[in-house]
Amino acid sequence: MQFPGRRKKLIGSSQNDLYDHCLQFYGQPPLENISLTEFETFAVERLKLLKTVENLGVSCVKNSEQYTKKLDAEISKFFFNKEDGISEYEKRRKDHISHFILRLAYCQTEDLRRWFIQQEMDLFRYRFNDLHSKHKTDFLHKNNLKYETVSAEEKKSLQDKLIASSYGLSGTKVEEHDVYKVPFQDALDLVRTRKVYLLAGNAYIPHHEIVTIVLNDFRTRLSKALAMTARSLPAVQSDERLQPLLSHLSHAYVGQDYSIQKNIGKISLEQIDALSGKSFPLCMRHLHKALRENHHLRHGGRMQYGLFLKGIGLSLEQALQFWRSEFVKGKVDADKFDKAYAYSVRHMFGKEGKRTDYTPYSCMKVILSNPPSQGDYHGCPFRHSDPELLKQKLQNYKVSPSGTNQILELVKGMHYQLACQKYFELTHNVEDAGFSLNHPNQYFTESQKLLSGGRDIKKEVDMSQRSQENPASVTRPSQANSKQAHEEMGDLDSFFQDE
Amino acid sequence: MSTSDYDPACLPDLLPLYYRRLFPFSQYYRWLSYGGVSKNYFQNREFSFTLKDDIYVRYQSFTTQNELEKEMQKMVPYKIDIGAVYSHRPSQHNAVKSGTFQALEKELVFDIDMTDYDDVRRCCSAADICSKCWTLMTIAIRILDRALREDFGFHHLLWVYSGRRGVHCWVCDDAARKLSVAARSAVAEYLSLVKGGEETVRKVVLSDPIHPFINHSLSVVERYFQQYAIVDQDILGSKEIKFHNSLSVSYDLHFSCVSVKSNSKKGGQYFDKEIMLQYCYPRLDVNVSKGVNHLLKSPFSVHPKTGRISVPIDLKELDTFDPFEVPTISLICEELEKPRAEEAEEDDMKDKENEQEAGERRRIRDYKRTSLAKYVKVFDRFLEAMARSRKGEMLKKSGEIEKDSVFHIHLILAFTLQMD
Repeated sequence: MQFPGRRKKLIGSSQNDLYDHCLQFYGQPPLENISLTEFETFAVERLKLLKTVENLGVSCVKNSEQYTKKLDAEISKFFFNKEDGISEYEKRRKDHISHFILRLAYCQTEDLRRWFIQQEMDLFRYRFNDLHSKHKTDFLHKNNLKYETVSAEEKKSLQDKLIASSYGLSGTKVEEHDVYKVPFQDALDLVRTRKVYLLAGNAYIPHHEIVTIVLNDFRTRLSKALAMTARSLPAVQSDERLQPLLSHLSHAYVGQDYSIQKNIGKISLEQIDALSGKSFPLCMRHLHKALRENHHLRHGGRMQYGLFLKGIGLSLEQALQFWRSEFVKGKVDADKFDKAYAYSVRHMFGKEGKRTDYTPYSCMKVILSNPPSQGDYHGCPFRHSDPELLKQKLQNYKVSPSGTNQILELVKGMHYQLACQKYFELTHNVEDAGFSLNHPNQYFTESQKLLSGGRDIKKEVDMSQRSQENPASVTRPSQANSKQAHEEMGDLDSFFQDE
Repeated sequence: MSTSDYDPACLPDLLPLYYRRLFPFSQYYRWLSYGGVSKNYFQNREFSFTLKDDIYVRYQSFTTQNELEKEMQKMVPYKIDIGAVYSHRPSQHNAVKSGTFQALEKELVFDIDMTDYDDVRRCCSAADICSKCWTLMTIAIRILDRALREDFGFHHLLWVYSGRRGVHCWVCDDAARKLSVAARSAVAEYLSLVKGGEETVRKVVLSDPIHPFINHSLSVVERYFQQYAIVDQDILGSKEIKFHNSLSVSYDLHFSCVSVKSNSKKGGQYFDKEIMLQYCYPRLDVNVSKGVNHLLKSPFSVHPKTGRISVPIDLKELDTFDPFEVPTISLICEELEKPRAEEAEEDDMKDKENEQEAGERRRIRDYKRTSLAKYVKVFDRFLEAMARSRKGEMLKKSGEIEKDSVFHIHLILAFTLQMD
């Protein structure tokens, strides 16, 4: 099926057939040609949406007013089209295509799959619940969910039992609304918690609970699909146009990347010690301390910390001085440093080899790639440290016991960036960080802003401006975006080829 | 006299006899083949054996009933466990590409162990049981059997005495054998009401609305509670009965119910029900039920410590089941040795004809002479029911196709009859 330029003229049957409901199970992959730009844009925008879903899911109570408002706003943004508005068909098409692209990026590891499934489920749940009752039933029918409705007589005879088994069910509700009969294997969440009436192997589910069942189905299908996608991934990855894009997506930080250095030279080397305690995120504070104590850091640590320092504004000369002075205190003499390690520092600044200007690592990258082993100090302490050790460290850094517990709870729930955000809030003595942490350099910038009293409320605006900011400051025409992306991808390429 | 004195030291002599002449191999094979509907179902089943000196071997599998017999007679296992049906023959699992050897199906099983009730029984502890606490097993069986049949729609349940201190349930329906890990764990959780370990005093917490399953279970408990808890266990006489400091518990003999008075203003409108459940409701080990590849003691295996055979329990006689009447291996071997007089010679002649058939016939005659007979009968009835059910399924499936031809035959018959 191809839908080239004629798209706008296509109303009526074929459009409706393809997307006959605003929601879908993403059963069929899209079968059309699209441009690389659209490919990337769709994917990146859906990723932003999913990240919002993730953040809201932990910071707000699901279905609270705050949650609903914010998620609604983000969904509208996703479907927003700067031109004269977007047709229903185009919305559904974007939904469809973007989901499938992200499958390619998120099928590779257990961690990525789990994350993707969780956010897609939360998004689906929200959108399904938002549907009108009639549209809910419509959706079930269109998707062959063989959930029989229970006859009126049967409902009557089972009424008391139904009311006693399901939360929030009253006599009138049973009479007025449908009750679905579903094999118990399809309603495991309700069976497990005994929140449903069971008879002869069937679960009797009231209308308002049907979403749990649908979600179960959704999760199973998506899980299977991702496993299959992972198997066919090598074929996709061999396409040179797609491989860097997909890598980018799964490791990507969607937001400012701190590749363009601002404030170069504004920080002096003497300030670093003090700054590490005040404005560095825990991972960098940890690395700095290790460097000071051991007068050495291994490759992973040098990359993570070195790039961070570049991001906060250290110039190449400063960086060389910084590393040399520290290494020389250890087992490395000045000559050896100049021969071996200096090269590596210059490499980080794009002055050697491919001359790629490396970008500082985002949180996602630190958390997901290159886990530390014995003798390493890099990584994310919330992700890679043993909770007991983390607790001790926090106590040493004078974090209150209740604060420490909050952090440990977040860690237990695998919300590492939120844990770091909480660390920010506790060490800066604020209720709300005021930003969604995604990047160690962001932590630094926000911290400095706060400490210098110029707390910027327009964080949202900042974030959305980033894509326009960078090209503007580099004064290149519209190619800027793709060139930018290309450079980042180059960086990631070499990351995988690095010593 | 129901049991001979059993001495574990005699096992090496008794077991070979048991496996040669008493173990019901043909019924066993019939069970695990499930009508031959699935190819290689028996061949891909894992068994594990515990041999003399505690040597444990896994991934045993057999291609025919004959091979099973020969191997068991050769290896003489002290314990036999049944595992899952795998994607390949377990005995060849090392030859299979890593990752492709997988457990596919297994019966849904439950293991109720008396030790899990130690905090609420005063008569015994650990591996000991007595007639006073055995009622707990009776209650467990009634509650779980009802729920598995009525709520979950299962039909083919085999309840087995474990040989020492508990019972096992094998749910053998097609649908049960195909359940995923998540589904098994959900079923087990649905059936769990008593939660908490050493540090939890109040192990059952009820709140509105009370699910019908809980009500059903309560009515079973209530039937046995007075005799079991008040009389046999004398829970009220115990200073150990502790729920909350603010509770005072008594039993109303007239209305046959627990009466709880609470000084605290907090909730607790169901304290009386909670107490009854905490004392009597079945305690399952979810981990046993969850795993598709979990190995569980086989019916008809011997318990090395007690010598008792793991026999099927007849639910029709549940209230009179006495674990101390279950035959031991020494007893049945002894019964076997009793002289038979006249029949003996005739049968020996017949047997010379066909070795294997003869072996089986002899074996059937043999166990029938022992106390094992009635338990094999229970097993036979269980197998019959499954066979009937399978036939019913097949008839249903071919029913549609056959209907037309049957109709035609009827027409012809009617026509020919009329002609007469």
